[in-house]
Amino acid sequence: MRKTLFDLITGDTARIVGINRKTPACVRMRLLDMGLTKGATLRVERHAPLGDPVEILLKGYRLAIRMTEARNIEVELLEKADYVITSS
Amino acid sequence: MTTGEIVIAGNPNAGKTSVYNQLTGAAQQVSNYPGVTVEYKSGVMRHEGKKLTVVDLPGTYSLTAYSQEELVARNYIVDRQPALIVDVVDASNLERNLYLTTQIAEMRMPMVIALNMVDAAERRGYQVDADKLSQLLGVPVIPTVASRGIGIKALRDTCIAVVEGRHEAVPAPVCFGHAVDEEIDALSEQVRLYPVLTERFAPSWLATKLIERDEAATAQAQVIDAEATAALVRQAEEAAHRIETHFDTDAATLVAEHRYGIAAGIVKSCVSVTAQARRDITDQIDQVVCNRLVGPLILVGVVALLFFWVFKLSDEWAWLPWIGGWESPTGVVAGVFDLLSAAISPLEARMPMFHSLLDAGIIGGVGGVLNFVPLIFFMFLFVSALEDSGYIARVAFILDRPLRVFGLQGKSILAFIVAGGIGAGGCAVPGIMATRTMREDKDRLLTMLVTPFMNCGAKMPVYAMLIAAFFPGDRILVMMTLWAFSWITALCASWVLRRTIVRGPQTPFVMELPPYHMPVFRGVLRHTWERTWMYIKKAGTIILAINILLWAFMYFPRPSEAVDDTEALAYSMAGRAGKALEPVSSAAGFDWKTNIALVGGFAAKEVVVGALGTAYALENQTDEDFQSLSARLAAHPDWNPVRGFALMIFVMLYAPCFVTIAVIRRESGSWKWAAFSTIYSTALAFVLAVVVYQVGMLLLPYL
Repeated sequence: MRKTLFDLITGDTARIVGINRKTPACVRMRLLDMGLTKGATLRVERHAPLGDPVEILLKGYRLAIRMTEARNIEVELLEKADYVITSS
Repeated sequence: MTTGEIVIAGNPNAGKTSVYNQLTGAAQQVSNYPGVTVEYKSGVMRHEGKKLTVVDLPGTYSLTAYSQEELVARNYIVDRQPALIVDVVDASNLERNLYLTTQIAEMRMPMVIALNMVDAAERRGYQVDADKLSQLLGVPVIPTVASRGIGIKALRDTCIAVVEGRHEAVPAPVCFGHAVDEEIDALSEQVRLYPVLTERFAPSWLATKLIERDEAATAQAQVIDAEATAALVRQAEEAAHRIETHFDTDAATLVAEHRYGIAAGIVKSCVSVTAQARRDITDQIDQVVCNRLVGPLILVGVVALLFFWVFKLSDEWAWLPWIGGWESPTGVVAGVFDLLSAAISPLEARMPMFHSLLDAGIIGGVGGVLNFVPLIFFMFLFVSALEDSGYIARVAFILDRPLRVFGLQGKSILAFIVAGGIGAGGCAVPGIMATRTMREDKDRLLTMLVTPFMNCGAKMPVYAMLIAAFFPGDRILVMMTLWAFSWITALCASWVLRRTIVRGPQTPFVMELPPYHMPVFRGVLRHTWERTWMYIKKAGTIILAINILLWAFMYFPRPSEAVDDTEALAYSMAGRAGKALEPVSSAAGFDWKTNIALVGGFAAKEVVVGALGTAYALENQTDEDFQSLSARLAAHPDWNPVRGFALMIFVMLYAPCFVTIAVIRRESGSWKWAAFSTIYSTALAFVLAVVVYQVGMLLLPYL
């Protein structure tokens, strides 16, 4: 099983490997349009209060994606979250 | 053939509207209701005595055929062949914005780039080289900060120069890399064989679309020349297949990735990092606003504050100078109509019918609606400011998960808010239009069906009047209750509908969270004024006409012998209809006079207060001292708080107004859904009003 955006936790940085081929065309196109292209790097910024959707930082902007869609985005982990909350 | 128009395209949140406002200036005419007849705003740009039409296209991230807004924007460009496209690009979010730019450039039409928000980019620690960007794209690039008017003069001059043919602005060909370009070029040559097609489409654009298997573009080409298109589609399919075997990805994905590749390349050569980006303010705010515990509390707090300020500013604080002291804005409007009413009172003796028409029909009806202009103005002011600040996107982010339980999604919130979901005083018409950002039909349909339950501006007069009559001490509490009631009903209704009539998979939810910024006062004020003006215009036209009609139904026929006013009203056409409905409506506590108002409210809910006013004014015409409708109902023996509350619930939920029904019909594509919406909401409203009334009456002695 490939790692997907779904598996990442807040603070993780990852590179997009691709969008799952089984994803319906309209969803895939939408994800591509928003910049979730092969090779792009993203960082998980936070999750909504109920854990879903997830907010990522991508190409210098913030994007919210539902966990169901996040499962379609295959990634490779670049940098694990350091578990230190840097709030200040 | 070109129409000599300038169209403005760009990503949402790139400052498109600011650029549009700056170019068209204050002297423009916004002649459209957002989307009822036209889907775009258009205005006039004046320059040295010449006039140019400027069209503001919907903000989009892309120009695919998968969403309506993108298709509207794309078709507008393809069909109208504008003289110039102004692409508004957010400099602080360059890469994603350039993705759209490459797609516009593929259409090979004259284009100028407004490189907007350069100040925000600098604050975030990078600088964009506009000259380099211009060189790479082959079109003029003008750095701007549209919200503060910076760079607008240069942008305007460049636009004029391009339109007049003094400046070259056709973008350089877009290159996708050798293997793809070869296929596109070969297919473009084939397209060139058909002049009917090249008249309409840039050959390379059509070739690209055919290889991407874009259905909308194929259909458009088919209309022009079906045979040629069939041949081209065959060739495109072969080309796509070759590309796909070569790259092992489908053609559409490949082209999209290459577009982003181009954007990334441009960013690399045009952007220089000037400072180490520090943790930005948006992130700090989001730490709090999207926090698991504090976030939802803040959301409730914002709504409560909204109610508080709107009521204080519009009604409770007397802060405007008026005859003999200070008045609140609502007081001033009421004062004006009192003066009018007094001015025409000499007519009563000489021309009783004409006086009744003016006083009860027009001043009472329209005045009753205009009374709420201050309230609606301040409500729009706060909601516009919230929209502008970026907070609404966070609301959608926080609420997506809970809304999904009911079959809705985060973006439904936008429709609800525009329709009056935060506070009150929106309008369901633009609310339903706002569902266009949703891509999947089922979520969209569902949102459309429940959006009219929100407390729109037209319901405010009814609430305010009944609250003043029966709950004078608890305005904020009752408003909060009504707010909660409309939400709960909307959510439960969508839960049920999703499991019965509107079944289907849920839409993908992919949404940008734009950076926070201070709302631009002028923009917010302008937006607020546009919305308020629409309300006033409606009061002066549709509402006025319905009021006069209703007055006539309530005045004619007159009984032959002299009877008292109540009997005269009962004798009229409206009175008879109201009486006929009374056996049913009495279950919810509505008497025949209320029925008259409610039937009138089918057309537009603003009418309800006016018609009630007319009904009770006709009855009390002999009264010497003027009494407001609220005071009259409060003193009336048949009325009590329970009946008032049941009426508020019924008005909140029953059939959407005519305009809304027409929009539902248009946006859902069938009368079936428009009719369904009318019937199910009226039935639901009646059932809930009966429950509220019956339970309330049982409990009333103990309260």
